Amino acid sequence: MANLTLTEDETMLVDSARGFLDSASPVEKFRELRDAGKAYNPEIWKQMADLGWTGVLVPEDQGGIDMGHTAANLLATEMGKTLVSSPFISTAVMAATALRQVSDNPRAAEALNQIAAGEITYGLAIDEGPKHSPDCTMMEAKKVGNGFELSGDKTFVVDGANADRLLVLARTGDGDALTLFDIPADRAGITRTTQNMIDARDSAAINFDKVEATGEDIIGSVDNAMDVLKPALNAGAAALSAEMIGLSSGAFGMTVGYLQERKQFGIVIGQFQALQHRAAHLWSEIEVTASTILNAGRMLDEDPENAELAVSLAKARASQTAKLAVVEGVQMHGGIGMTDAFDMGFFMKRARVAQEWLGDYGYHAEKIATAKGY
Amino acid sequence: MPFDTTSMDTFRADIRTWLAENCPDGVRDGDMTQDAICWGGKNFKFESDDQKQWMEVCAANGLTCPTWPVEYGGGGFTRDQEKVWLEELEAIDARMPLLSFGIWMLGPALLHFGSHEQKLHYLPPICRGEIRWCQGYSEPGAGSDLANVQSKGEDKGDHWLVNGQKVWTSYADKADWIFALIRTDSDAPKHKGISFLLFDMHGGGVTTRPIKLISGASPFCETFFDDVKVPKDQIVGEENKGWDVAKYLLTHEREMISGSGSSRGAGRSLGKVLSDANNGAMDATLRAEAMAVDIEEMAVELTIERYKDQAAGGQGVGDASAMLKYAGTELNKRKHELFMSAGGSTALEWDGATGSLPADWLRTKANSIEGGTSEVMLSILSKRVLGLPG
Ligand SMILES: Cc1cc2nc3c(=O)[nH]c(=O)nc-3n(C[C@H](O)[C@H](O)[C@H](O)COP(=O)(O)OP(=O)(O)OC[C@H]3O[C@@H](n4cnc5c(N)ncnc54)[C@H](O)[C@@H]3O)c2cc1C
Repeated sequence: MANLTLTEDETMLVDSARGFLDSASPVEKFRELRDAGKAYNPEIWKQMADLGWTGVLVPEDQGGIDMGHTAANLLATEMGKTLVSSPFISTAVMAATALRQVSDNPRAAEALNQIAAGEITYGLAIDEGPKHSPDCTMMEAKKVGNGFELSGDKTFVVDGANADRLLVLARTGDGDALTLFDIPADRAGITRTTQNMIDARDSAAINFDKVEATGEDIIGSVDNAMDVLKPALNAGAAALSAEMIGLSSGAFGMTVGYLQERKQFGIVIGQFQALQHRAAHLWSEIEVTASTILNAGRMLDEDPENAELAVSLAKARASQTAKLAVVEGVQMHGGIGMTDAFDMGFFMKRARVAQEWLGDYGYHAEKIATAKGY
Repeated sequence: MPFDTTSMDTFRADIRTWLAENCPDGVRDGDMTQDAICWGGKNFKFESDDQKQWMEVCAANGLTCPTWPVEYGGGGFTRDQEKVWLEELEAIDARMPLLSFGIWMLGPALLHFGSHEQKLHYLPPICRGEIRWCQGYSEPGAGSDLANVQSKGEDKGDHWLVNGQKVWTSYADKADWIFALIRTDSDAPKHKGISFLLFDMHGGGVTTRPIKLISGASPFCETFFDDVKVPKDQIVGEENKGWDVAKYLLTHEREMISGSGSSRGAGRSLGKVLSDANNGAMDATLRAEAMAVDIEEMAVELTIERYKDQAAGGQGVGDASAMLKYAGTELNKRKHELFMSAGGSTALEWDGATGSLPADWLRTKANSIEGGTSEVMLSILSKRVLGLPG
């Protein structure tokens, strides 16, 4: 079993990330973006690229720092703490992971360079219904001459409204015959509609009307999308879990701070055992979940073929923990927790979206049960 | 160490070969029910020759206490080597060779607070399973408020004269020696007047009376001290500073209890066990609960591993161990509730086909009481880890 403590390099990465984010992107910055109707701040994204974060999973000969999934997760955790909004998970984690599976594809190599440099962003057009379910993809990639024609609707394409490129999952045959396409988001026939999501981040519904694709646009091979997509989905779910543990600790920090300062009946409310025990329980849940996320990162780095169970464990736990952290956060803050002027609501809304994206608790619990044979 | 430590691979290969040659078939069933546990001690009745042989061959190679120093009877293993040992045991479904309060509780406290002579005197017999220890902490008026112990030690120059009563002393009737919290200064504030004393249960003045549990078993006792003479060199740490030793020991006790329910290894999934037992037929509620418990169990096991890794890396876990105790014991109770409902009526007979299921289920209810209750764990966390006001 892998060692579940942080290495010196990892600890340094966390410290420097925190240092940067505390000044560049505290929660107020998220509020400013929300009020301005913006999904993320391209300047901060550029600074992240300069720090090497966008290349955290890009090989060194393609301009990245290739520090691996544990490192990517640590960055996502730190971003979660202050609700940093960026296309990090879609682009630097998921697209980079998918593209690096096909290093012989010159298009992919170029894209990896551009990701590391912070020049392009990606959205993953996978889901079509209200629940995450890549296997149920209906969008058709019809064979026309030497190429394909993509038609259909995608929904909940995270970072999709602003993305420069899209990874699109489409059906090229029956059963699990799915193919993954990498196409520019402005290609003829694509219509993007911004979805006004509760977490105030970028999400799009995208219609594809006879969008032309050639063999060069295919990532991996025809009918075998999952070979390249599965590692990306795992990497994304792990990083999203990491973000959720970050947001859980962010919300929890606010809650404990409040318990130490708010007075009722002449004493600080943190003296009431009813609240102390709930806070301690929540802290326990966060600690236990943190182990699953570190484990998922280590498995993705050291034994990616067998990482799926570890990732589902992390996503299932993180979804439940984030839910508890924000529900308790609002409740223990009383009336102020319900106001828009206070930040806790942001944590609650982001947690709800993150729970759903890339599969919720039930989706991953089901995967665990299947993997374990029941 | 008889194993090749050049690399983890050579070490693992050596352990594997050694196990193939030395681990008897009769202990390769992974069964750690009360009857199968080897506790050691002067009066221990071995269940089988295999059980005895297994303990002895492990003890001879430092494998009953792998991470203790070799000079005190341990294996001198690092944390990573210990992981390999445990993984290889699990791979062949082998039982632990020896479990005892000496290994879990007294040993770590002695390693930390004991003098060199005390370590040399007390630790090797623990590793060899020769002396069985019991824990004399709780009293009728000192449970959650443990520092309130009233058993008294009078200073008689070269010894203390101990009088008083303990309660809930697990296996006191089977133990050879006891480690006990005794008040040696009645005038000091309650935490400051306690000493941590070791003494022979058969040296005169100690009597025990078993208490029957809801499971029908009677593993614990009331323990009475009448003019017990305890020589002065049988104190661990300094006089009146026993509370520090007591607390340190408790963190180890909590870690042990937190892991007691884990099945070791994510391989044996609870949901799978239940599904197999019911030929795949599980109703939706049962299956959902099995999933939730499986998830909880994997997560808690990983956290126990993470904390051990941290401790081995020199980052003390301290009061956070209260979390492992809380999470681990609540999980274990939940798991046994699930076993009971999965078993249905077959799980209700004391001696039915499912064996010790109901007794185990009842026993788990003590997990969140012994070693400090769940409520006390949450209070420790909120005050000492979260810094909430008392
Ligand atoms: C199976 C078993 C084995 C044991 N083995 C040993 C042993 O070998 N040696 C030994 O010394 N002891 C042993 N114990 C004793 C154990 O440590 C005590 O039972 C435990 O510390 C609780 O004390 P109590 O039973 O006096 O409960 P009490 O302290 O009376 O608690 C009663 C209830 O009140 C709650 N409570 C108490 N104080 C507070 C508070 N401040 N805030 C909130 N809630 C509170 C508790 O959580 C509990 O729910 C064993 C117990 C069991 C069940």
